[in-house]
Amino acid sequence: MTQTCLTFRDLTLGYNSHPAIHHLDGTIRKGSLTAVVGANGSGKSTLMKGIVGVLKPMAGEVARAPGVRAAYLPQQSELDRSFPARVVDLVSLGLWPKRGMLGRYTSEDRAAVSQALMAVGLGGFEKRPIDTLSGGQLQRTLFARVLLQDADLILLDEPFNAVDAKTVGDLIALIKRWHGEERTIMVVVHDLDLVRQNFPETLLLARQPIAWGETRETLKPENLLRARRFHEAWEENAPWCEPDGHGHDHAHGHDHHGHDHDHDAGPRAA
Amino acid sequence: MDALYGLFIAPFADFGFMQRALFGSLMLSLGACPIGVFLMLRRMSLSGDAMAHAILPGAAAGFLFYGLEILPMTIGGLIAGIIVALGAGAVSRFTIQREDASMAAFYLISLAIGVLMVSIRGSSVDLMHVLFGTVLALNNEALTLIGGIVAVTLVSLAIFWRALVAECLDPLFLRSVSRMGSPVHFIFLGLVVLNLVGGFQALGTLLSVGLMMLPAAAARFWTVRVEPMCVLAVLIGFASCIAGLLLSYHASLPSGPAIILSAGVVYFASILFGTRGILRARIIHHRHRTA
Repeated sequence: MTQTCLTFRDLTLGYNSHPAIHHLDGTIRKGSLTAVVGANGSGKSTLMKGIVGVLKPMAGEVARAPGVRAAYLPQQSELDRSFPARVVDLVSLGLWPKRGMLGRYTSEDRAAVSQALMAVGLGGFEKRPIDTLSGGQLQRTLFARVLLQDADLILLDEPFNAVDAKTVGDLIALIKRWHGEERTIMVVVHDLDLVRQNFPETLLLARQPIAWGETRETLKPENLLRARRFHEAWEENAPWCEPDGHGHDHAHGHDHHGHDHDHDAGPRAA
Repeated sequence: MDALYGLFIAPFADFGFMQRALFGSLMLSLGACPIGVFLMLRRMSLSGDAMAHAILPGAAAGFLFYGLEILPMTIGGLIAGIIVALGAGAVSRFTIQREDASMAAFYLISLAIGVLMVSIRGSSVDLMHVLFGTVLALNNEALTLIGGIVAVTLVSLAIFWRALVAECLDPLFLRSVSRMGSPVHFIFLGLVVLNLVGGFQALGTLLSVGLMMLPAAAARFWTVRVEPMCVLAVLIGFASCIAGLLLSYHASLPSGPAIILSAGVVYFASILFGTRGILRARIIHHRHRTA
């Protein structure tokens, strides 16, 4: 019997009463490695924010299995690179779940920080000021912080942007290591080849799930075509989505449960 | 030897008011300078200035009802400052408006109210008192108040240090692991107000920001870590207070501006000679390493 890590129940997330994720239902299995793909504006980042809790749902809910701790690497980090901090200070933030605001860092913690840096190939970078790091080095530093957070659920939002091929390989290896440790991982990715090669499961989004399940099935041409027809813009005067009104003039993915579903509920023009 | 004694020690040894001024201003530096470092690192350097103006109506209200008494003016300033800090902070946290704009709006309204209140009652001499402080006339009451403010500041900084650093360095990360983000921001704004109110006893509303920001701005040129930066800012604050008071004593200058200008001298020296200053960056780095 597989355990569930995340359950979406009729989840709607968005901004200014316009949904970016519309009535999402389904579950994320514990220990699964899922790629989240879709066009710009299809709700990938929004879903991540909703799961980690920095964005409150407009309707429905995301339920985490009890005791699941999440680590989140956002696409647009609000990291202040001009802040006078060293690599070790930035990575040590990852100890927060363990030590909180007041707990002292032990020598064990410091060793863990060094190990995390070593794991992303930045051994010996501890004392470097963060404003001297390159984009890829910073990304790897943030991976080290995720590593240190020791979370059961890991959410990575476009972690491979502006990262060279070798580093992508290193980071993928790290993700696979986490996968091997039975952690649940969701990664927003744009490179479909990368997804096909490395991710067992895929969620294809276009405000609602176009397809969700095994990667090979999900990324079939007809699904991709349907995702591409997705209309990115908000309709300023789109009709209100009433609780019982979606039967006649909307077609949403209400019937999606888990990974096995019909592929029929694509977005029709509302 | 006697000349040195006369120059540096005698003013403090011989006069009680100089001792009080020294004690009060040193304590003030201890609390205000680290706060200034964080204000600067959060790009809120000018918010300190705005907050200093914002406490004026509260101080003026205290002044209107009780005359030139320290406690009512302080409490009034504290209330006005906290209303403005929380109001501006809340607008920026919960609406699309950024903190610089909301702070500007709130402090301008507050300042206008303050000037209005002072003009109802007083002569311009009173206004000068409120604006420029009285470091040479600190009484026991004022010293106790400053001591209390410094204690609260240092204890709060010790408790919330990690959260404050995280909130400056990577606020979104802090939100993803903890709910401390917003509370820490408001606690920090509270500490800013508290220290400005403490400073306006000694230096006045206009100059109390100077003791907060100038040592911090100067310290930025010397180090790349927060902890040493705070320590250095406090030391620069100390030096400025001592130098300013001596200058004020020997040259019969007003003490507040003398202290701030001393800090200003350190600031300019730091721009030039700091390890991250102009000269080091432009002139000394002719050579480079191979990797």
